[in-house]
Amino acid sequence: MTVSSQLDRRAAVAALLKNRKDTLVVSGLGSPTYDLHATGDRADNFYLWGAMGGAALIGLGLAQAQPGKRVIALTGDGEQLMGLGGIATIGVARPRNLDIVVIDNQHFGETGMQASHTGRGVDLAAIATACGFAAAATLRTLEEVQRLATQMAGPAGGPRLFVIKVLAENPPRSLPSRDAVFIKNRLRAHLGFAAA
Amino acid sequence: MHSPQPNPEARSSDDWPSELYRVLKAADVRQMSYVPDAGHSQLIRMFSSDRGVTTNVLTTEEEGIAIAAGAWLGGQRSVLLMQSSGVGNCINMLSLSAIGRFPLLMLVTMRGEWAEFNPWQVPMNRATQPSLEAIGLKVMRAETSDDLVETVESAASLAYESDQQIAVLIGQRLIGKKKW
Repeated sequence: MTVSSQLDRRAAVAALLKNRKDTLVVSGLGSPTYDLHATGDRADNFYLWGAMGGAALIGLGLAQAQPGKRVIALTGDGEQLMGLGGIATIGVARPRNLDIVVIDNQHFGETGMQASHTGRGVDLAAIATACGFAAAATLRTLEEVQRLATQMAGPAGGPRLFVIKVLAENPPRSLPSRDAVFIKNRLRAHLGFAAA
Repeated sequence: MHSPQPNPEARSSDDWPSELYRVLKAADVRQMSYVPDAGHSQLIRMFSSDRGVTTNVLTTEEEGIAIAAGAWLGGQRSVLLMQSSGVGNCINMLSLSAIGRFPLLMLVTMRGEWAEFNPWQVPMNRATQPSLEAIGLKVMRAETSDDLVETVESAASLAYESDQQIAVLIGQRLIGKKKW
């Protein structure tokens, strides 16, 4: 059922975010947070080191508060599987400016590389479609990711979910600040709000 | 207030959801998320018909903790409505509010403590306040409608202006006055 991918996760995330402009990015704990930091530390990044299952929903709250900006929740298959109900909540909320991007290595990479549900046939893009997302797709090559990156900035009719299948590997960690208050205040200041 | 009322106290008690709505609007709450609950049904209806407030129906309570953090990142205030039975679902996600000092206001209707018909509600009733306090939340509790309105007003200031994480527990005795 599953086809193994040869795509390098860092190359995929770098290609996806190459021309992100003023897109706000929330990353889920574990490798997606390291992947996002590896593309460059920015004030419009919000990194999670915990809150498993929450990345896409933080993205929802942020997207609803900032309807004029595009928001990407960049997360892993394990993190999104824990927040599966959130896909239904986002499907009902129908934000037009939120994209969930699942960097899917089909394994629980942080905890010993056990095969995850997506490695056993669960299809997150199909779940998103069933939850009423405006678009959902599974990508397996760098060319597909590059094409998506050029199209993502355009208007969307609702939330979108993209699964990017990547190699199961743990590249060297690229560690952002673990100080949640700092990264919170930095993002708010970037958006023009007073820090605490 | 100036129109004749046979029993002003009874009227006030019946209308605490409207009072909470007024208080939360005055506090500039712009997002509300909820897990459906009979005690909150009037407040849910009022927010849902308010074009100035974005509402999200959740599949499980912890989603609302994450949404509230995202709302604050984006410059909006959010309130979360749930029952005590859902508090246990939130504990890990509340680490986000605690570690990030994200303002958080949860209004929690209590189950399992007053004229409860379902014994399965009782264990989580006992666990609600201690587990919230264990993860770092401030817990406030109200047993009368007047006290509730005042408590939520105070909790909203503390949460949004002093970056506190607060759960206001709404005693089941108060909810029980309504038919549901």
